Amino acid sequence: MDKSIVLKYDVDGNDFSLAGEASSSVKKVLLSLGFDPEIIRKVSIALYEGEMNMVIHANGGVITVEISPEEIHMLLEDTGPGIEDIELAMQEGYSTASDKVRELGFGAGMGLSNMKKYSDVFIITSEVNKGTRVEMVVKNKQ
Amino acid sequence: MTTKDLEKALGLVKIAGGDTVKEVSGMYICDLLSLVMSKARQNCAWITVQTNINIVAVAHLADISCIIIPEGIAVDNNTIVKANDEGILIYQSQKTSYELAVEFSKL
Ligand SMILES: Nc1ncnc2c1ncn2[C@@H]1O[C@H](COP(=O)(O)OP(=O)(O)OP(=O)(O)O)[C@@H](O)[C@H]1O
Ligand SMILES: [Mg+2]
Repeated sequence: MDKSIVLKYDVDGNDFSLAGEASSSVKKVLLSLGFDPEIIRKVSIALYEGEMNMVIHANGGVITVEISPEEIHMLLEDTGPGIEDIELAMQEGYSTASDKVRELGFGAGMGLSNMKKYSDVFIITSEVNKGTRVEMVVKNKQ
Repeated sequence: MTTKDLEKALGLVKIAGGDTVKEVSGMYICDLLSLVMSKARQNCAWITVQTNINIVAVAHLADISCIIIPEGIAVDNNTIVKANDEGILIYQSQKTSYELAVEFSKL
């Protein structure tokens, strides 16, 4: 693998049965490229939490993943309601998930902290009524 | 231990995953998906009462060896279809999560 690979996914905000497809697809690509299992695990967890947040809280969005021998760069952009207080949203246990979504097992309020924990770079910016942008990098073992 | 050994030892009924066989070490019990994502160890058996399609992606992404649904709880059909597609093992048991964990600890 000399050049980097760019993968782009439109995440559907209405279809829960497709939720997680982008993350699953990225995992399969990383496996086929022979990345270390620990690296793949970090990407899988961080990306899945981001993808689910897009589906649950932002009515979908776009995920762009760039894979190079040095790192896996993930960009998640949505045009959802945005997050008013990011510091509060980052706290473990804080969640605005609806009862309907909680019944499915979401809403522990752990997603954002998982994303931060399992990525090497985590940058989140958000504007109310405009949307949210999350950038994550997982560095490859050299 | 393999999933096949586990199936036999705990008397589990396979409802998805076909001929897939995986190594199993450890067990994790939780129904909150983002806790499972971060806490479930690689190759563990995961017991949950969640039966919706999202458990398949969680098992795949967190490298979970198999899902066990306790207490005879029915599993959504689209979950079974997806698990078969992805080669994710799902077992059912009439036992409680506690009973399964106690039996597992004696193996
Ligand atoms: N993309 C987003 N757009 C709008 N709000 C968001 C977005 N991502 C997160 N949030 C807000 O931040 C809160 C915390 O997110 P976090 O992922 O930590 O927990 P959760 O999604 O509620 O539950 P869990 O991820 O544990 O299932 C959410 O409840 C929501 O209010
Ligand atoms: Mg979340």
